[in-house]
Amino acid sequence: MSGAGASVGAAGGGAPVGAPAVALELRGLQKSYVRGKPVLHAIDLSIAGTGLTAIIGPSGTGKSTLIRCVNRLVEPSGGQVLLDGEDLTALRGRSLRLARRRIGMVFQEYNLVERLTVIENLLCGRLGHVSAFRAWLRRFPQADVDRAFELLDAVGLADFAKVRADALSGGQRQRVGIARALMQEPRLLLADEPTSSLDPKTSVEVMELMRGLCAQRGIPVIVNMHDVELARRFASRIIGMSGGRVVFDGPATALTDEHLKQIYGGEGWLA
Amino acid sequence: MDRRRAVAEPLTPGSAVRREWQRFTPGQRLARFAVYFSVVAAFVLSLGTVEVIPEFLWDAPAQVQDLLLRMWPPDYAHYPSSVHDAMVETLHIATLGTVISVLLAVPLGLLAANNVMPSRTVNTLIKLALVTSRSVNSLVWALLFIAVFGPGALAGTLAIAFRSIGFVGKLLGEALEEAQPGPIEALKASGASWPSLLVFGYWPQVKPAFWALVLLRWDINVRESAVLGLVGAGGIGVALNTAMNLFQWDRVAVVLLAIFVVVIVAEVVVTWVRGRIL
Repeated sequence: MSGAGASVGAAGGGAPVGAPAVALELRGLQKSYVRGKPVLHAIDLSIAGTGLTAIIGPSGTGKSTLIRCVNRLVEPSGGQVLLDGEDLTALRGRSLRLARRRIGMVFQEYNLVERLTVIENLLCGRLGHVSAFRAWLRRFPQADVDRAFELLDAVGLADFAKVRADALSGGQRQRVGIARALMQEPRLLLADEPTSSLDPKTSVEVMELMRGLCAQRGIPVIVNMHDVELARRFASRIIGMSGGRVVFDGPATALTDEHLKQIYGGEGWLA
Repeated sequence: MDRRRAVAEPLTPGSAVRREWQRFTPGQRLARFAVYFSVVAAFVLSLGTVEVIPEFLWDAPAQVQDLLLRMWPPDYAHYPSSVHDAMVETLHIATLGTVISVLLAVPLGLLAANNVMPSRTVNTLIKLALVTSRSVNSLVWALLFIAVFGPGALAGTLAIAFRSIGFVGKLLGEALEEAQPGPIEALKASGASWPSLLVFGYWPQVKPAFWALVLLRWDINVRESAVLGLVGAGGIGVALNTAMNLFQWDRVAVVLLAIFVVVIVAEVVVTWVRGRIL
């Protein structure tokens, strides 16, 4: 397959001091839900320690599966997922939970606990660190509560701390989703179609917020998206997938109509 | 009628093939007829086995009138001396029985829900236990516990508790299975432990259903425990049974009135509380 082949080099500033230049590496990652019908064909990718990477491709091509294999919400069938050099595919039980704490995730349907308040939803991001008993009594460490309020300020929802999540609009919910993921102080942020349920204006705002907050904190982001224009606008690197394979990998500026034809097939839809 | 006209004039002029639509296929229509037919047949057949004695049926209005006359006026003086304590005991049996059943039913409900406990074998075994609890009527449970602990409120309380486990456990398990998987997945992705998933993922989602079904069960238990005394398991049923055996119909009336008032009050309380928690 002819990709643009331009690899994203050692990305510059913002990376945590001493952090390896490569945050995540996928080696021969495979997944098949049905034996003999692979959804992902031996994917090899490495994600740098900063920057926003967008994965684009038609529906059903395995973008979501790929991203979920990273934090093992989907069990890979083969290959390796290396986070800072540690293979996550072999982890079980407690060590898997500890690895998941280092990976934040933002979802298409926000996946907030609707009947809890906004601040409680943010504190959910600390559940990997706090015992269930303390969480039950809502006795989170003061540092976590401070952090939650800081993040609420950062996503512009300071006045909504005690509002129940089901009272929020879609855009507000996704901002809570981003803040919850950042509560984990993650090494990597995954976002699975974070704007697909939002209107165009809100989508741009959410992407801007996600890119900005993660750049400040030196957190690399991997985003699945449908919207090619949004990907071009916000991603420093674009990965195009088709039929469970990577068919394009390069900077957003290198993505041409030829590539899009290859990724999505046909050309009648191109304006 | 409409159908016949449609045959005469096709809706799409010029089209040779007319597309027909009917709500039911002939097979479905036959099945529906079979259902209606068997319902009527079952009614007729059961009337035959009940063996109504016509004399007793014609006699019934006079008997009811006689009973009501004997009940009126109710012997209100009887209430403070012997009905009140039995009434309170009934409420205690219902409440304590509900509390015990909830304590036992929560772990069972968790194990019965496939999303919380992803093992079909465990789910099925637990569901079997829950069905066992429900298939035995509380009067039968009471008789069993009287055989073990002797007559009294303890047997009544345990009877209420064991009858309720199946109810609370089953409905709690179903509420858990209806919980949205999205938030659970999100918490899992953040590294939350299993107990944390229960506390922050499942509990907020099932909380309204849980309190609603506990209140409903308490409401049912108040009514059921009023009957338990008939078999000697304590509560107001004992007072009712005694008065009936002695043909003191004016006292029977007081007991029935007391039960009626308590059930109404329970209903009002349950409705009010449910309105506040949902």
